[in-house]
Amino acid sequence: MKILKFLFIIFFIFNTYNVTLAKSNDQLELKISKNLRCLICQGQSIYDSQSDFAVSMKLLINKKINEGLNEREIYDLLIEKYGEWIVYDTSLNKNTFILWGLPVLLFLIGGAIILKKLVFRKI
Amino acid sequence: MKNKILLTVLIIFLIFCFVIFLKSLNTSSIYVPAKSEKRELPEFIAKELFLNKEINSNEIFKDSDFYILNIWASWCAPCREEHPQLMELSSNSSVKIIGLNYKDNPKKAKKFLKELGNPFSTTIIDKTGIIAIEFGGYGIPETFIINKNKKIIKTFIGNLTEDALKEINSIIK
Repeated sequence: MKILKFLFIIFFIFNTYNVTLAKSNDQLELKISKNLRCLICQGQSIYDSQSDFAVSMKLLINKKINEGLNEREIYDLLIEKYGEWIVYDTSLNKNTFILWGLPVLLFLIGGAIILKKLVFRKI
Repeated sequence: MKNKILLTVLIIFLIFCFVIFLKSLNTSSIYVPAKSEKRELPEFIAKELFLNKEINSNEIFKDSDFYILNIWASWCAPCREEHPQLMELSSNSSVKIIGLNYKDNPKKAKKFLKELGNPFSTTIIDKTGIIAIEFGGYGIPETFIINKNKKIIKTFIGNLTEDALKEINSIIK
């Protein structure tokens, strides 16, 4: 009886672990597919698109996750094949520094103008 | 004075916006991946259409100076159009042509090749479309030129035209 209980506990832990792992893999797959553009239905994400390309891409993401690749490695792999355009969340590099830098610059300029006005009003 | 400066800044800004929008009107918003950059050949295992056994990519890409990998399917009309070009290329002994049969019915694929001729030294099956993506393909037909160092040196998106054929011949000569 004790052996049976022991086996049941091991079976339960093993199953819980597998379900948790599958859930986290599914969530990662969803996250990645939402951050990738479809090259066929341009303007839609891989997650939203039902094109042949998007369907195959979802399978590839799943395969790569099961092979042990992390999110960044999957993005890098696809950027190497299709270019930076494939990801919605582009990384900061020489081609994208204006995209990332301009909002910060405008925010700082705007902030400086507001601050200046407030300081002058106090004086 | 202050108003004049503000007006000048505003006009410069509006001209800047106008130039950007005007330039955007003449630029295509459809993104096409870069066609000619050296990329590593992916490693894969796939089923051969005629031998009905699994083969490794290392067995396929060996003993040739150049390889042409063509993504095709029997249901694809442009593939039918470009087939004579592939048949012409197959007469060149310095190049090995590999067919990647994309999401197709094997029976129909065999019938297609029987009808139009088989330019491929090896035809591999890609039922899920994963291998095509590993190559960086996104449409069909698509053709990749691979050198002996297993690097993809050129990609042709869409069916092979006479100009594309000339370009391929100049690469593989």
